[in-house]
Amino acid sequence: MSQIAEHIKPCYPLFMEPEYRDVLSRKATECEEKPTQETLEEKFLWTTSQEYKDLNFQREALTINPAKACQPLGSLLCSLGFKGSLPYIHGSQGCVAYFRTYFNRHFKEPIACVSDSMTEDAAVFGGHKNMHAGLQNANSLYKPEMISVSTTCMAEVIGDDLNAFINNAKKDGMIPNDLPTPFAHTPSFVGSHVTGYDSMMEGTLRYFTLNDMAGKAVGSNGKVNIITGFETYLGNFRVLGRMMREMGVDYTLLSDPSEILDTPADGKYRMYAGGTSIEEVKDAPNAIDTLLLQPFGLTKTKKFVEETWSHPCTRLNPPMGLAWTDEFLMRVSELTGKGIPESLELERGRLVDMMGDSHAWLHGKTFSLYGDPDFVEGMCHFLLELGAEPKHVLSHNANKRWGKRLAKALEENPYGRQAQVFVDKDLWHLRSLLFTDKPDFLIGNSYGKFIQRDTFHKGPKHEVPLIRIGFPIFDRHHLHRSTTLGYEGAMTIVTTLVNAVMEKLDRDTIQYGVTDYNYDLVR
Amino acid sequence: MSALTRAEAEGLIQDVLEVYPEEARKDRKKHLMVNDPAIEQSKKCITSNRKSLPGVMTARGCAYAGSKGVVWGPVKDMIHLSHGPVGCGQYSRAGRRNYYVGYTGVNTFGTMNFTSDFQEKDVVFGGDKKLAKIFAEMEMLFPLSKGITVQSECPVGLIGDDIDAVTQKGSATLGKPVVPVRCEGFRGVSQSLGHHIANDTIRDHILEKGLDDDFVSSPYDVAIIGDYNIGGDAWSSRILLEEMGLRVVAQWSGDGTLSEIKRTPKVKLNLLHCYRSMNYISRHMEAKFGIPWLEYNFFGPTKIAESLRAIASRFDDRIKEGAERVIASYQPMVDALNAKYVPRLQGKKVMLYVGGLRPRHVIGAYEDLGMEVVGTGYEFGHNDDYDRTIQEMGDATLIYDDVTEFELERFVAKIKPDLIGAGIKEKYVYQKMGIPFRQMHSWDYSGPYHGYDGYAIFARDIDMTVNNPCWKNMQAPWKKELP
Repeated sequence: MSQIAEHIKPCYPLFMEPEYRDVLSRKATECEEKPTQETLEEKFLWTTSQEYKDLNFQREALTINPAKACQPLGSLLCSLGFKGSLPYIHGSQGCVAYFRTYFNRHFKEPIACVSDSMTEDAAVFGGHKNMHAGLQNANSLYKPEMISVSTTCMAEVIGDDLNAFINNAKKDGMIPNDLPTPFAHTPSFVGSHVTGYDSMMEGTLRYFTLNDMAGKAVGSNGKVNIITGFETYLGNFRVLGRMMREMGVDYTLLSDPSEILDTPADGKYRMYAGGTSIEEVKDAPNAIDTLLLQPFGLTKTKKFVEETWSHPCTRLNPPMGLAWTDEFLMRVSELTGKGIPESLELERGRLVDMMGDSHAWLHGKTFSLYGDPDFVEGMCHFLLELGAEPKHVLSHNANKRWGKRLAKALEENPYGRQAQVFVDKDLWHLRSLLFTDKPDFLIGNSYGKFIQRDTFHKGPKHEVPLIRIGFPIFDRHHLHRSTTLGYEGAMTIVTTLVNAVMEKLDRDTIQYGVTDYNYDLVR
Repeated sequence: MSALTRAEAEGLIQDVLEVYPEEARKDRKKHLMVNDPAIEQSKKCITSNRKSLPGVMTARGCAYAGSKGVVWGPVKDMIHLSHGPVGCGQYSRAGRRNYYVGYTGVNTFGTMNFTSDFQEKDVVFGGDKKLAKIFAEMEMLFPLSKGITVQSECPVGLIGDDIDAVTQKGSATLGKPVVPVRCEGFRGVSQSLGHHIANDTIRDHILEKGLDDDFVSSPYDVAIIGDYNIGGDAWSSRILLEEMGLRVVAQWSGDGTLSEIKRTPKVKLNLLHCYRSMNYISRHMEAKFGIPWLEYNFFGPTKIAESLRAIASRFDDRIKEGAERVIASYQPMVDALNAKYVPRLQGKKVMLYVGGLRPRHVIGAYEDLGMEVVGTGYEFGHNDDYDRTIQEMGDATLIYDDVTEFELERFVAKIKPDLIGAGIKEKYVYQKMGIPFRQMHSWDYSGPYHGYDGYAIFARDIDMTVNNPCWKNMQAPWKKELP
């Protein structure tokens, strides 16, 4: 008799009740042929050892707990940022169910995206028919202003040709000829979600501008184009806009999903909201320049913008932290001739003030971090500015060149000397690193919580607390709405980091009558 | 009392179909019906388990999801390899809440993601060599694992890899089951074929390869089949079966283990909760080992009591008395819950859209709370599911198969239910419309919902969602019409 109507217990603490402890322990001993507790503890400890780490790093074929996803997830995010755009993914339907769910869980928002549900017959005959019917149905039901097409690996393996299929569908009257249909091939066995974003961005810019370059002149519209790359912090789209407005710079965010991924609850469901308009995309070659905020993640886009639009694509670092935000604003200022206004200088000063206020808590603290390449690089750089020390720097979806460059930059900084950079390594590798060479904190997405739990199991002094900055974040609410870029983003990051340090200290010193020191009221 | 009259409901379906192109309209018409509980066979009025139309925004997943995500994934002491590109395993990692306890990474592996992370070269040259190497690396790092399953993703079946040969060799080398599962996402029309394929591989690669000879059975042994332990469902079910005197020797597959699977052919009765995903293996064990199976329903006290008595009727008086004792012992709790919650929920209308079991199985629980289900449908049900559903639903209620985002949104706009129970892809659409919503796949991060303890949580959750003050704030006060 466990439940009381006035005090109903869900899973926890229900399953802590003695009758459930009993049921579960009987199941374990009588049914499961489970190893003894001693064996389990012994083997667990072995997984935390240097010996195990060496074995773990010998892996050549098996990936365990990756820190990356596949291309079409990125193409979907990119597609969502254009006005009236319905993302359409050519291939198996299960993929789309997964992409939608993944974003639903992170953003707590509806995600509209269709699949053309290719099955075994399409594997044999190709997905031509699916594309025909799919475009027609999607257009009839959801009346988009544009349909942004990308692919799953099924369509890629059988070699479906998007351009031909879409054109045929138009020729056969399935959708109007003038319905825009940007597209990109996004095979999931190449690169990661970051690549998929890049491919879809390139495909979209190509679709709307490649054959429409006559009369386009660099700088003629006086604007600056900004492309974020695979970016999931909604505040970042907003802060970029605010900084540009404060500078008096006219700008275009190419793909801006900050409205569609943050619609109000007011009694109405919006399948489309906000986003970059087709007109803005078509006008984009007339801008002064296109700024790519993820230099690693936007290589295809860069090539297109440089070659077709003849934009300089001024080299930028991701505008995270102080100096790289300074750099971003100065570049924009140089490009546009607009000065950096006092309001931004004031904001900068406030950030510097915060960094000063908090430096004593962050100086010398060690942080291991993982995530997408440009995020990791920006985060590393900001940690150095805070006097904090990156320890293990891991990006599963970066390449060796990126790794070497970042390692060199870290080597040259007094706070970066002990850092080790890992590319094409996963979170099971990272787990070994955290056990054999403990940092003070781990920065990453929600998947890091399993590493935190494992380190805690070895003993409280081995625990590496996770600070959630990254994507996806499934187990905390509303963090995706915050900002990580610009001075504003740096403020959020400093606040998050310093308070994580203090919370940890409180947990470490909370023992009544024992650690009555450093459990301070004032810090 | 349904929300609409029969004529209104039929008109609504007509209106919704209007927007479709002709071919699509003809197809979708067959998947939508207005219920008549007098109908005995659903095949006369609804079509199911057919291909989803391209481009309509189905909620369905794929065979891989049905095998890795549903049937095999929860078997906790085996390693399940997502064989192919990185995405599938990542999207399906640790999101289903099929709870288990164990030393994750040591002897259990449920919340981890093992993948062969196919690169272009693997697609071009084949992944078989890599697969063989993966088995060796798994054994090196996870020696306590009881076996391996290879969950095929789309490319594997398209590039002609021979995973059967590689797994056979792997199994011989490791001395453990290594199971090839051909659940590529393009096979079949939904998760459903993946369930079937997974069931068949358990049959062929586990049950056919030798049972647990040392296991001593008792006359009261049962197995829980088709309970994935979402939020601990199988545990709050198991406790009731044990309290009535039965011995639960296996859970398929929530919190399940290889040893439990292997001893199941010695049980006296297989208890089948999710018929859709595990009827295949139940039928197999009946044919091969003579084990009868019984469908039961542990949602809500009415169905729980019915089920406990039906289960007990297959055993002797000791168990029959046990069932009565259990029912009686929980009755005060049920009375207290109903006294608290029924007045708050009486007469509220619910629309459901779930997977393959719950669209019918949870109806009784809502009715126990005084609520009424006015529309329901399956993502991947078959007609034997609809046969069982028609009788549970009232006259002139809506039944929809593989409903599209477009259709469901319009049905809801017309019917204006007080609660929707569906999945996360639907959740935020309806919350923005101001309609209370509960996820009925993951229990919306709550649960368990099975059994008497689960009913208490279900009642609490439905009440908190239906009656939370947040739904009243959809309109800014300055926009509200004066009374």
